[in-house]
Amino acid sequence: MANITFPRKEFESEIKITNEIEKKINLFGTPLEFMNNEEINIEVFPNRPDLYTIQGYLRALKAFIGKEKGLKKYNINKPEKDYKVYVEKQVKDIRGHTACAIVKGLKLNNINIKELMNAQEKLSSTLGRNRKKMGLGLYPLEKIKFPITYTAKNSKEIKYIALGLNEEHTAEEILKIHPTGRKYGHLLENHKMYPVFIDKNKKIMSMPPIVNSEETGRITTNTDELFIECTGTEKSSVEKALIIMTTTLADMGGKIYPMEIIDHEKYNTPDFTTQKTKISLSNVENTIGVKLNEKQVGELLSRMGHSYKSGIVESPAWRTDILHEIDLIEDITIALGYDQLSPSIPKISTVGEESRNSILKRKMSSIIAEIEFDEISTYHLIKQGEEEYFKNKDIIELLDSKTEYKFLRNNLITPMIRILSENKDVEYPHKLFEIGKVFSKNLQKETGVEEEEHLILAISPSNTTTIKQNIDYIFRKINIKYSIKENNFPNLIDGRCAEIIVNNKQVGYFGEVHPNFLKNVGIKMPLAIAEINLENIYDKIN
Amino acid sequence: MENIINSLSSIERAIIPHLNKNVDEIIEKSGLDKTSVLRAIMFLENKGILKTNHKEKRTVVLGINGILYKKNHLPERRLIEIIENNQGKNLQEIAHKSGMSENEFRAALGVLKEKAIIEIKDGKIRISAKKEEIMRKMPEEEFLEKIPVSEENLKIEDKMIMKKLLSRKSIIEIESEKITSFELTELGKSLSGKNIETELIEEVTPKMIKEGIGKKKFRKYDLSIRVPEINGGSIHYVNQAIEYAKKIWTDMGFKEMNGSMTETSFWNFDSLFTPQDHPAREMQDTFFIKGISGKLPDKEIVSKVKKAHESGIEGSKGWKYSWSEEEAKKVILRTHTTCLSARTIASIKKENLPAKFFSIGKVFRNETLDWSHLFDFYQTEGIVIDKNVNFVQLLGYLKEFYKKMGFEKIRFRPSYFPYTEPSVEIEIFHPGKQKWLELGGAGIFRPEVTESLIGKDYKIIAWGQGFERIIIDYYKINDLREMYSNDIKKLRESKNWMKT
Repeated sequence: MANITFPRKEFESEIKITNEIEKKINLFGTPLEFMNNEEINIEVFPNRPDLYTIQGYLRALKAFIGKEKGLKKYNINKPEKDYKVYVEKQVKDIRGHTACAIVKGLKLNNINIKELMNAQEKLSSTLGRNRKKMGLGLYPLEKIKFPITYTAKNSKEIKYIALGLNEEHTAEEILKIHPTGRKYGHLLENHKMYPVFIDKNKKIMSMPPIVNSEETGRITTNTDELFIECTGTEKSSVEKALIIMTTTLADMGGKIYPMEIIDHEKYNTPDFTTQKTKISLSNVENTIGVKLNEKQVGELLSRMGHSYKSGIVESPAWRTDILHEIDLIEDITIALGYDQLSPSIPKISTVGEESRNSILKRKMSSIIAEIEFDEISTYHLIKQGEEEYFKNKDIIELLDSKTEYKFLRNNLITPMIRILSENKDVEYPHKLFEIGKVFSKNLQKETGVEEEEHLILAISPSNTTTIKQNIDYIFRKINIKYSIKENNFPNLIDGRCAEIIVNNKQVGYFGEVHPNFLKNVGIKMPLAIAEINLENIYDKIN
Repeated sequence: MENIINSLSSIERAIIPHLNKNVDEIIEKSGLDKTSVLRAIMFLENKGILKTNHKEKRTVVLGINGILYKKNHLPERRLIEIIENNQGKNLQEIAHKSGMSENEFRAALGVLKEKAIIEIKDGKIRISAKKEEIMRKMPEEEFLEKIPVSEENLKIEDKMIMKKLLSRKSIIEIESEKITSFELTELGKSLSGKNIETELIEEVTPKMIKEGIGKKKFRKYDLSIRVPEINGGSIHYVNQAIEYAKKIWTDMGFKEMNGSMTETSFWNFDSLFTPQDHPAREMQDTFFIKGISGKLPDKEIVSKVKKAHESGIEGSKGWKYSWSEEEAKKVILRTHTTCLSARTIASIKKENLPAKFFSIGKVFRNETLDWSHLFDFYQTEGIVIDKNVNFVQLLGYLKEFYKKMGFEKIRFRPSYFPYTEPSVEIEIFHPGKQKWLELGGAGIFRPEVTESLIGKDYKIIAWGQGFERIIIDYYKINDLREMYSNDIKKLRESKNWMKT
């Protein structure tokens, strides 16, 4: 999702913002996040990068509110001689795709230059996945001698004045000192050769996707003709970005000229060829649940910027999000208005049912709450350091957690200890329990992880007699026999803890926690604990 | 008057004859301990018989070190002696000879310097005061002799000494004691000194039941009095709400889905047509599990999913990239319960259709914790699989569920998810905050999803919304973190989920 800010004045020169329009903006699927006298901020979903520029957005909204409906077409002028890009093979494996164009007849001012920069940034970060898939650059046309070459050079041979710097630097230096070099340098790091655009005079124009040269790449209010290049690792994103950028410039009053790309084949960019998709009225009706005739469907599609004729929808080139008929059906639904639909529940007769595990878990909880335990509910993740309490080689670590919670719990005693310690000054006695999943490595499983439901009981202050009384009560109520076997456990007092056995299988343990451990974790009252694996118990319950 | 007399407890009765005396005398005469006497006085005050005054009495007493110093002299006195015997020695030597702790030594040295009894030059100490000055008792020593003493009896100069000594370690301490005195009200005066009948019955005993009580009367109890709180056991309040929500779904004919919280990327993302370079699949947003690679399901479904991504199936163009099995095998903590829906759809037998499923389960996002974000939270999920199910029916189920959860006002707006089309975002009107609150998404599974999982003949409507946000209004919670902080005091005070 992207938050896009438009200048309100420019917006309102086309569409005045009334309460009705505000509502329309939301119902168009671009929730209005924030608005003041200067700015209007909306949220745009990632399937519609064509809405990232104010020109693109207003084009779509004007259709939606019925002001300028239907498919909007843009002219491409005849190509001029030498408007050519030679793509050399050494760049193919590094950043193999480019699409370029020229736009003339622009009147740039500080406001629309800023808008262009914003659009460039937004497209590169979202559609371009932070310039990885696609990045784009704008240049004043006058400084460039055509034809130009897109190639890759050994990083040591690249030397130019990067935009905003005063002197020449090598590619490596630029990656270290230039702000965008530091930010995006990692995209080139693993390559020996870096991509460059070079003009007819062998001058380096830029090193995509990092930064233009100061000499050929600075746009000012005197610029009226632009060269645009998009480069990237994915052809469709590169071409889509160029379409969005050039149509935006055309809406600013520019005239679009194509560039010939000479790769292993020759073709012109941008390509505004419309897409045609079949649509069936019965699919529309069956999906939305509203009966619409052909005329209505045509009208609704025109409000989303498409045109419709005898079962075929023609969509503009920038709508590459349309993968399937269903995407057009959504457009029809949006044009219809989500607020205009009447929700209804179908009569589909099925039997409702809670899962057996859920029912058993609920019954266990209620038995335990009856003997005055409070249920706690803790995160499945435990904090760094806590994994040391009960050493277990099968503990599972998460990659790059943003918080101090970095492991999956492999027992319930660990979070219980944390909660008891955090509540050490709350009135005693504490009788707490939790039922929840614990995790351990098991490569037999589909995810490589075994997940088992455990129960933990904690009573403080307490001793083994009390905890055993409670275990007795629970087993009695679920009608399962258990026995115990003396055994020692880490952090419990030797001789005061034991295994809990059901059907000759260890299902848990109970005992008094060692005062040394309690001191270490900041608990000040005696504590007795029982932890039981419920998976084995659930199997036995009938 | 009669009423009051009948409601007097035994301790109140015991002190009434002595109300013309002060508290200490009452304790002596009544034979009760101090706590009981003070409680009785409080009870009598509640009945309007007397009025209490509380005063604090502060007494200066010796601390642990003070007791020692009183016996063995203050460290500064001892230090004088040591310095006299070691004139001209340097600081370290004196400190060593003194045998004092560093703290003690510094304090003593400070006092002596301040009184100009010693001087330090080039790190060497010598006595600079005259003999008689040294011999004279220091004010601190005089003060210690007066102790214990009531603070209010101290003169101003004594108070300054006291302040200094208090700043040193455990020489003196102040003990404070609450002194209660009282005056009788008019009512009290009429009662005072009266010898009240003490034959009223207190607790009912088995003996009384057996033998009867004859003509004896029961003491009247004050039932308005505050009683100590008790705590029963309780089910965590989030789980209470979940139980209620589960019942809504089962009542509407939905079957519960369960499944693991760890999941392969295949089921969490790929089977749901989420391209492998989608931002949600980065470590920024999702918890990946270290060092474990999962298994993919059978070939048929994997190849369908691969095709859906690479070149599209069922009339779709697909995402047009090279799909990687390795990426799909990465194990994560599920980011939504929609992976349960995907698994359920892939495994259901055609003869069991149409079908409706729900789940309320934990999902995980790699987020920092704040008032509106948790990394571990519940999602309420549902799917309906049928040949004829549509978008307005999807809205119908959602509207019904949220109505039963207590939200009459609900609205829908377009949204985007890689696996649904049309997609919708649900907003409820939060009466407490008086604003619309986003809950999460829903939609019809895209043909690319349906075709890979079950076949194109079916339509599947699906939804999944965060659960905690739905119940914050009922429990009046402003910070989502509070739900899992497990503050025992708050758990004990929390109301139950009483919605019917």
